[in-house]
Amino acid sequence: MKILVAVKRVIDYNVQVRVKEDGTGVVTDNVKMSSNPPDDNAIEEAVKIKESGKATEIIAITVGVEKSQETLRKALAVGADRGILVKTEGIVEPLAVAKILQKIVDKEKPDLVFMGKQAIDDDCNQTGQMLSALLNWPQATFASKIEIKDKKLEVIREVDEGLETIEVNIPAVITCDLRLNEPRYASLPNIMKAKKKPLEIINASDLGVNTTPRVQQIKVEEPPKRKTGIKVANVAELVNKLKNEAKVI
Amino acid sequence: MSALLITEHNNKEIRPFTLNAITAASQIDADLHVLLIGNNCGNIAKSLSKMPLVKKVLHVEATYYENYLAENFAPLIVKVSENYSHIVSSANTFGKNLMPRVAALLDTSQVSDIIKVISPDTFLRPIYAGNAFATVKSTDVKKCITIRPTSFEPCETSSGSAPIEKVKAAEEFSLSKFIKREEVKSDRPELGTARVVISGGRGMQNGENFKLINAVADKLNAAIGASRAAVDAGYISNEHQVGQTGKVVVPDLYIAVGISGAIQHLAGMKESKIIVAINKDGEAPIFSVADYGLEADLFEALPQFLEELNKLNTIQK
Repeated sequence: MKILVAVKRVIDYNVQVRVKEDGTGVVTDNVKMSSNPPDDNAIEEAVKIKESGKATEIIAITVGVEKSQETLRKALAVGADRGILVKTEGIVEPLAVAKILQKIVDKEKPDLVFMGKQAIDDDCNQTGQMLSALLNWPQATFASKIEIKDKKLEVIREVDEGLETIEVNIPAVITCDLRLNEPRYASLPNIMKAKKKPLEIINASDLGVNTTPRVQQIKVEEPPKRKTGIKVANVAELVNKLKNEAKVI
Repeated sequence: MSALLITEHNNKEIRPFTLNAITAASQIDADLHVLLIGNNCGNIAKSLSKMPLVKKVLHVEATYYENYLAENFAPLIVKVSENYSHIVSSANTFGKNLMPRVAALLDTSQVSDIIKVISPDTFLRPIYAGNAFATVKSTDVKKCITIRPTSFEPCETSSGSAPIEKVKAAEEFSLSKFIKREEVKSDRPELGTARVVISGGRGMQNGENFKLINAVADKLNAAIGASRAAVDAGYISNEHQVGQTGKVVVPDLYIAVGISGAIQHLAGMKESKIIVAINKDGEAPIFSVADYGLEADLFEALPQFLEELNKLNTIQK
């Protein structure tokens, strides 16, 4: 079985994001970039499946700028076998990413496609669902447990009501929740080895996918600031304020 | 052209966020139709027809619509969408799972999780976990939109009389199968819609200590939340998680106990009307969003808080 894992390079989740003064976006110059956290869970799950003997190859793929190779190298260091960078410039919307991934799926013919449930930059939460629609494959989103049963997968999904269990035929697209597993750290020897693993670079334009955004970003601004609060001296004062000033209890 | 809202329900009752989504969709286009897909859900069709903002109810039934698999819903929605300019649903796990599948089939770039309708093609949406707001304009002919439920008021549910029209089911998708759903039962209000929420963080130190939170929650009729750190540490189960990777809550009163205020937690609660922070670290970022901050040891403060609440003659429920 072959697993394709899609990863994305994003601003590190510990960075306090700042809006550009001209309102065209957020500051990314000299800002620490990392792999999108739930994509780490996606890689980890694929590696675990391979370690259990149920998969033979893991291909990591990313769509983005030249530097996104870093994110692929990280995936290679924790266990992916080879990487594919589909090079693009500017904002690439989830629909365009899904179309690019569809082209790669057509070529590589994986049995499973894994990715994080959502990227923490644009917070769209679309790509996996869109890819499975384009392929007419089953989708298992927000997966917190995956079990392979012959030619099927049993997946537990984190939904608002609680937990939902579904069964999907392989091939399928799975988007991973943070609770799916505990991503491992890459060891130094594995980081070194990853540098020698194959990494293919393809231009998005060569795949025949139009990546021009359909949703125009008019402006990006700071969210409204909350008015500054006060510190209370003790619990009695707190309860008094809540009762008589805020009138919420 | 009109807007089409996808109803979220469990065949017995309408899920509450559908009411917020109806309000949002009606702001996009006042000629709002709702699509009800389910199995034996005739009563829900009747309830929807009574909502004054709803101009028409489209009702589809099939056994395979019982458990709202996106693979079954999406082709049907695509078929029905022919006469509509906008397809709308709430941006909870129901809509997040479903709408992109619809959008891809329609070759439309979806606009996710909007918090404001600026015009029928322009919307405000949070990005970077709410650390920035983007104004975006969709250029697609057909628009697929999910709305953040807590940013819109629930709609009126009585005095309307919209017609109900039956629609034919689409084909079943046979490669995905629903097995079961384990719903979390609780006597407390639902986290997403509670008037008061009290949340514990890593400062709680263990799951046992959440009994201090429970006692205050009982008194205030509050829902119980938690930070991701507390969930990851195993103190409490994930359905309590508030934040970017959990639930977004907007209660009248949010009480954060032993929560430092990581960016991802703030994203889930900073729109609350009144925020209280109880933390022994006076420098914790949670104080920057708190209306009332109490720098104190939570193990002393929580029992005192309960004691003070007990002294009050009345407490709003």
